[in-house]
Amino acid sequence: MKQTSMIDIISPVMVGPSSSHTAGAIRLGLLAKNIYNEVPDKVTFKLYNSFAQTGKGHGTDKGLLSGVLGLNVDDIRIKDIFNSELAKEFEYEFQYLEDFNRHPNAVDIIFEGRRNMKISGNSVGAGEIEITNIDEFSVSLTGKYNTLLLIYKDVPNMISRVTNSIHVNIASFHCDRYAKGEEASMCICLDGEINQKIIDFLYLIEDVYMIRYIKKLES
Amino acid sequence: MNKSINTFKELAEVCQENNKQIYEVTQKYEAELADITEKDIRQIVKKSLDAMKESIKNGLQCKEMSISGMCGDDCDRLQKKYQTEGAIFGKTFEKITTYALATIEENLRMGKIAACPTAGSCAIVPSVLIGVSEDFNISEEDQINALITAGTIGRIISTKVALAGAVAGCQAECGVASAMAAGALTQMRGGSISQILNAVALAMKNLLGLTCDPVCGLVEIPCVKRNPFLAIHSVTASELALAGVESKIPLDEVIDALEQTGKLMSPLLKESSQAGLATTKTALKLKQTLFK
Repeated sequence: MKQTSMIDIISPVMVGPSSSHTAGAIRLGLLAKNIYNEVPDKVTFKLYNSFAQTGKGHGTDKGLLSGVLGLNVDDIRIKDIFNSELAKEFEYEFQYLEDFNRHPNAVDIIFEGRRNMKISGNSVGAGEIEITNIDEFSVSLTGKYNTLLLIYKDVPNMISRVTNSIHVNIASFHCDRYAKGEEASMCICLDGEINQKIIDFLYLIEDVYMIRYIKKLES
Repeated sequence: MNKSINTFKELAEVCQENNKQIYEVTQKYEAELADITEKDIRQIVKKSLDAMKESIKNGLQCKEMSISGMCGDDCDRLQKKYQTEGAIFGKTFEKITTYALATIEENLRMGKIAACPTAGSCAIVPSVLIGVSEDFNISEEDQINALITAGTIGRIISTKVALAGAVAGCQAECGVASAMAAGALTQMRGGSISQILNAVALAMKNLLGLTCDPVCGLVEIPCVKRNPFLAIHSVTASELALAGVESKIPLDEVIDALEQTGKLMSPLLKESSQAGLATTKTALKLKQTLFK
């Protein structure tokens, strides 16, 4: 059985009203911001199913935007985020959709800017979240671990070259690709931390296109 | 003691063998788990306790309505009533009921709260612990002990049943919150380990089958009023347990029943708003005016 903590039961300190529809939405936004890691020109949020139907009443829209703006779950500015100066940083739009092949609380966060990126995820209950796709790659990010994400060319020995360089215990490991020899993704959840030196070193590996070091979210 | 305790029987045994209170066993285990000191653990718990007190303070002074406009001014109504006519059960009853409404109304107007165990059930544990602490001069350290006890109870239940209305109905949210508050209050009042666990069992048994049928899918109706009701409910369980009343069904078996009841409960009554209060004539009318 997985270890659980008493602290999780009496927290988080968060703005209401719903752990899945408010806190989960904020955390999805935050994690997406950390993955995109640039200032976008425009962000489009596509809310699905229960997120779309009850999102307004739960402040899901405010939560998602606040997360992308970098606010944490206990920030009282979230309530009035649409009127805040902060929200003028980029253009944003919300779309409300129904697709029962998607999770009840699913969202696509589409960034447009110097680089375009589509990040999809779900709020899975009690404020817990998962990012399931980045562009067309399947990934598995929960915000509970420091995570290294790489986009690279699918060639032999890539995994060993990367893992040989990081010297930190790996909690979980996930790879995906478009097709043999094309673009691929590697998502590595770590027990510890890595420093900039290691990231710089990883950039020296041939055929690595993009690296993101995504810090775990505060609980 | 570095092994996770996942049943109440084990918890009672570890406490008795080591002659320790529940909170002592938990803070030692949690410190080892997170590789920090017991003092650090207590500091994290204090952060939740402080947030709870802040939500009560803010909620008592505010009557702003929720985004939907359905709820938000009942705490004000109750305070005014008590000012002109006190509650027949006295001051502490008044505090618990107003603190519970203050907290849950802060939650629905997007104020800051501590989820305990969830946002929709966030007012039950704090209203009981803080209301009673004020009236009986309970120190902050003892309030932290009680909150750790509450968290331990919720954690052990959560190893069997996900604390989410969508998974097991409201019995797993407000129901578990009331069981946590019953145990924590009994500990705070000097109850033995056996009395604490009996209080949890008595509270939990009485809430088996509670469904989650929120009107318009929002954490408002019936969630808001359910919080003060179930706060008082936990006090009843604590009084019975401190008198030596025992649950004939041991707590671990009550939790098995909670799990089974959750599985048997129709999905229509598990946070999908497809039955119960959510599909009454008035609820459907509200839904039409709300989401046009």
